[in-house]
Amino acid sequence: MNLTIEKAKEFYSKMLLIRRFEEKCIELYSSQKIRGFLHLYIGEEAVAVGLCDALSEDDAVLATYREHGHALIRGISAKSVMAELYGKIDGCSRGRGGSMHLFDAKSRFYGGSAIVGGGLPLAVGMALADKMQNRNRVTVAIFGDGAVAEGEFHESLNLAALWELPILFVCENNQYAMGTALKYTESQTDIYKKAESYNIHSKQIDGMDVVEVAKAAARAVEDIKDTSKPVFLECLTYRFRAHSMFDAELYREKTEVKVWKEKGPLVVFEKKLKELGLWSEIPVEAIEADIKDTIDEAVEFAENSELEPLEDLEKFVYSEVSNG
Amino acid sequence: MAETTYREAVRAAIDDAMSSDERVFLMGEDVGHYGGCYAVSMGLLEKFGEQRIIDTPLSESTFTGAGIGAALNGMRPIVEIMTVNFSLLALDQIMNNAATLMHMSGGQFNVPLVIRMATGGGKQLGAQHSHSLEGWFAHIPGLKILTPATVQDAYDMVGLALQDPDPVLIFENALLYNAKGELDLDAIPLPIGKAKIEKEGKDVTILTYGISVFKALEAAESLAKEGINAEVIDLRSLRPLDDETIMASVAKTHRVVIVDEGWKSGSLSAEIMARINEQAFYELDAPMARVCTAEVPLPYAKHLEDAALPQADKIVEAAIKTVGVS
Repeated sequence: MNLTIEKAKEFYSKMLLIRRFEEKCIELYSSQKIRGFLHLYIGEEAVAVGLCDALSEDDAVLATYREHGHALIRGISAKSVMAELYGKIDGCSRGRGGSMHLFDAKSRFYGGSAIVGGGLPLAVGMALADKMQNRNRVTVAIFGDGAVAEGEFHESLNLAALWELPILFVCENNQYAMGTALKYTESQTDIYKKAESYNIHSKQIDGMDVVEVAKAAARAVEDIKDTSKPVFLECLTYRFRAHSMFDAELYREKTEVKVWKEKGPLVVFEKKLKELGLWSEIPVEAIEADIKDTIDEAVEFAENSELEPLEDLEKFVYSEVSNG
Repeated sequence: MAETTYREAVRAAIDDAMSSDERVFLMGEDVGHYGGCYAVSMGLLEKFGEQRIIDTPLSESTFTGAGIGAALNGMRPIVEIMTVNFSLLALDQIMNNAATLMHMSGGQFNVPLVIRMATGGGKQLGAQHSHSLEGWFAHIPGLKILTPATVQDAYDMVGLALQDPDPVLIFENALLYNAKGELDLDAIPLPIGKAKIEKEGKDVTILTYGISVFKALEAAESLAKEGINAEVIDLRSLRPLDDETIMASVAKTHRVVIVDEGWKSGSLSAEIMARINEQAFYELDAPMARVCTAEVPLPYAKHLEDAALPQADKIVEAAIKTVGVS
């Protein structure tokens, strides 16, 4: 990938948008403006930004409950995500989903799934439908390392390989399945090797390096579109914050977090740009100011958005217009 | 009108749907090369090919989830789960995805999926292949639950389910596959959510579904000999339930027996009783009665299994007791 100055600005801005958006979420959570489970993506921004760079509008994305970053980068507006966190009618799921269930038909964003591994079979079916209808597009299944212990992970990889389905599996290996380190839950901690055993082309990459993620994702999407076979990417990454806002984070040493923070996506990217002589051209202050405006507007929008009327409580359980 | 078996009626419905809509396909264990574990899909692979009659591995959760994904992405899948006990392996997908996506997405994503499975005891298959769990699934908002008893419904309900924009589960009692009946391919189907009065009567209402409809009709014949004229209602749809037909019958007979192949505790029969209590309490002349499966995992031995399941004689007994109370 030829890292142009435009691309560098774009990557930097997008990663910073996720970072600042979520920092605002912490503040809003602490002041009880938003509630429920809140799983932050801080530290993992390079994966969402690098991955989405490789996708076209036609491709579909299924993510987990730690999906603010993917949602924002796939095109759900900060306003719409924020209103969802507020439980308001203008939220991307009309306030019925919350942080863990962001959905958007326009950007082909199919969640926001809070059952670990539960989105993987859906991705298999999405890709199956594309294949049956001869549509040359990719379904991306994003999941964490915890999902690897679920039966559905194995069932889904088996089916995707067996049926030669156009799926990009993206494992965000942040080293912890909730609060338990991978070494306590997996006999094989190199997750890409599990995928290889299903005859899926697999690769382990540095998930803290947005350029490496973007390159690997672009290559993977190209392969999938050429061959209609799945590809598996294991992105090694780290969440700087706790699993959720309820997590006292007693299970890992501060020194470990510190080491990973030094490899953080924004730090790594800044270093890379300095090496390339591009850093001086990144208008950091202006980007920060833009993002601040975006987030301030999102909060204002969410504050002012209406609550869904109570009489609509039972709406959207079944389709309103029956084809029958 | 032609006489056909329940099995052939389901097969004809799938065949017709696949012939008229390219988006329909069938997926499940043994549905293709084997010919269907209950021979429902026999011959369909030859007609429609491997692309549309898809054999799956023994991975209930993932092939059911794949059905949901395919439905989200423009197809009209029919997922066959061999037997209701195996559906528990797919319960996460059915409950957490199929039933919730519409609501969680604020109305953006409907799931036009049909799931068919065999249900019910009576074939000495023991405690892991014999249960009637449709009442459990009927607990879940977002799903529709159909239980065809007749050959006509076996045919009609597949078509109705495929036309529905939301997930529909069809429970086919395994003992009914060989049952014969009249099938009119051009009949206008009764809609989802509509019960059917199988036999009119005035003394007691017997509410049931699936194979127990025939046990109830047999019981009604015996009751007639005792001078009791029973009304037998085939609920057909367990979610939504047809409260209107139920309450109208209660208002006519003032006595109720509910026959449910599920266990009594926390069952569909309990739900129906509660609704009658809420909506038609003052129509009742006697406490409501119910005939359910004994509170045991179904045993293998024939005499024990028969004793555990609702049977015509128990329905007769319950009805007589109910009518005798005033």
